[in-house]
Formats: sequence, structure tokens, C-alpha cells
Amino acid sequence: MDITNYVVLAAVLFAVGATTVLLRRNAIVVFMGVELMLNATNLAFVTFARMHGDLTGQVLAFFVMVVAAAEVVVGLAIIVTIFRTRRSASVDDVNLLKG
Amino acid sequence: MTPAGLEISGGETVLFWVIAPLMVLAALGLLFVKRAVHAAMCLVFVMVSMAILYIAQEAPFLGVVQVVVYTGAVMMLFLFVLMLVGVDASDSLTETIRGQRWIGLLIGIGLAIVLGGVVGRAAFPPAVGLNGGDPGGVANPQGLARVLFADYVLAMEAVGVLLVTAAVGALVLTHRRRLTPKQDQRAVADARIRALPDGVVLTPLPSPGVYATSNAMDTPALGPDGEQVPQSVSRVLRIRGQEKAAPHAPGTELVETQAQVGGSRSTGTREGEA
Repeated sequence: MDITNYVVLAAVLFAVGATTVLLRRNAIVVFMGVELMLNATNLAFVTFARMHGDLTGQVLAFFVMVVAAAEVVVGLAIIVTIFRTRRSASVDDVNLLKG
Repeated sequence: MTPAGLEISGGETVLFWVIAPLMVLAALGLLFVKRAVHAAMCLVFVMVSMAILYIAQEAPFLGVVQVVVYTGAVMMLFLFVLMLVGVDASDSLTETIRGQRWIGLLIGIGLAIVLGGVVGRAAFPPAVGLNGGDPGGVANPQGLARVLFADYVLAMEAVGVLLVTAAVGALVLTHRRRLTPKQDQRAVADARIRALPDGVVLTPLPSPGVYATSNAMDTPALGPDGEQVPQSVSRVLRIRGQEKAAPHAPGTELVETQAQVGGSRSTGTREGEA
């Protein structure tokens, strides 16, 4: 097996995550799509680290994980706040800025 | 195809070809499943499989962190918020932008094609592996720690600050300001005493059905004077009109009960029955 198979898998997962972000309406599921994309990039990082024999890729994947955790905390707090005021978790209902 | 620096074992090949299709299936589930909870379960599966792939790819530390951080913390947070927001919240199928579904699908497939093209056409160097030719070289957790705390120590500190900021930010965002002063026990008691002239009762209300023919919830109690006590029936039942009428005169309830139970056996002692 070629090690580039891992990169192909990461690309497929990233595309599926991006499509999820584009297609789903529930804000939480959209967020899960973002998480899937971040995971796919992490897989690519780990694969490249192994390919080049350099641990920096793994360090970057680690940082992505930490930043993703922080992002999830703030994002979910925003979703909960929006749900409290608008009683909906759909991205279509957040249209207060619409003229 | 595999260069001499890195030998991918047969076991890893089998592992990859078992896990990768399942991962893609679960990821597609995220796209097609209706309920948000099922989508979360699909994502948990993808993340656990990803951890297995990390461990297979000479990154055991990242595999453990993946399980702890992603499936342990992030996905649990997702599930908590799902419970908070309502598990039944499913997608609305009305399109606010016309043709958005097809445009989104097109863009997604286009992205997949572009990424596939890039991966297919890129010239990757021969893979060397992390321990390539040097068994005593960079072992994973130790080597990772050396890179993390030597070359990237500033980024490490910044990430710590970021985490604290995110925690504080989440607290601030979900904090609800109290609009009225908090009612403590003393304030509640004082308010009830002050409302005494308006007919508020300080003691507990009488329970339903006491001294009446039954102790059912919907039967009002009879006071010592034989009159019904309407407050004894739950307010909800009274508003709904589901409260039963208790017999008025004292002394008749026993007879009526007997009449209900045993037919007309005790007709002789009856008085004032409808």
C-alpha cells in the first residue's frame, strides 16, 4: 500500500465535511462538518510527518486539535445564546442583519 | 512503490482498507442522516477511527489526544448542546436560497475533484517514516515533547492563553444577567405576610377529598360545616372543569357510597338523595 492513500482519505473526508457545511441547516451539524474538516487536515499532517520523517507535522496537528477545542467551546456557546434568543438552531433563522 | 525507507506492513494495509471505507461511510452519514444526534454518533465513529489511524501511523500520542480531546471532550460538548437545544430539532427542508442544495452539492463534488487531482498529480518524496533507519532516533512522545517545548514553546504558551480566553468567552457568552433581585426565603415569606389582606393563605391548602366520599384528586374536601372547599382541588383541574361535585349535606356521603357500591340494599336509611 502506498502512503498517499492516507492523503486521499484525508481529501475525501475534507470534501465531505465541506459539503456538510454547505448543505446542512442545523447549526450544530454545520459545526460537526467543520470538525470533520479539521480532523481531515490533521490526518494529512500526521501522514506528511511520517512521509518526511519530521515530527513538526505532528506538532502542528496537536496545535490544530487545541485550537479546534477552543473554537468548539466558543462556537457552541454562540449557538446556545442564539437558541436562547431566537428559539431555533437553524442557520436560516439567524437573519437579523438582513435589510 | 513503497520506498526502502518505510515499509508499510500488511497488517497496516488491512487496517487501512477496513477502516477507511467505514470512515467515509460514517462521514457521508453526517451528510445524509436526518437527526442531529445520529450525525454526532457518526462523527464519533470517524474520530475514533482517526485515532486508530494515528496510532498506526507512528503517532501514538496524537491518537490518545484524539480520543481524549475529540471524542471525550468535544463530542460530549456537542451532545450536551444537542440536549440543551432539543434533540428533535431536525433540519428544515425549505430552501431560503433557491437551488442552494444543488449548488452546495456541486461545490462539494468540485472540491473533491480538485483535491483528488492535486493529490494524484503531486510528486511526493519517498516516504522515510519517523524512525527511518534510526531506531534510537525520535521516539514519539519524547521526540514530540522535545519539538513542542523547544522549538514551539512560544506557540505553546499562546495556545494556553487561547484556551483560557475561550473558557472565559464561553462563560461570558452563556451568562444570563439577572434582571430582578434574587428572591430569598425571607423575601418570599415577607411577601406572603404582606399579601394576607388579599386573601392569601399562609398555611398549606387542604388536601382534596378529606371527609368526602373519596380521597380522589378531583373531589373537593368538605369543611367542618359540610360545605365544599374549592381550594382543596388542584387549580389546574378547577380551570379545566374536571372537578367532581361532592355531596353537600353531611351524613349522606356514606349512604351514597353504599348505594354506588351495593345497588339499592340500604335504601331504608337514605335521606335527601337526588
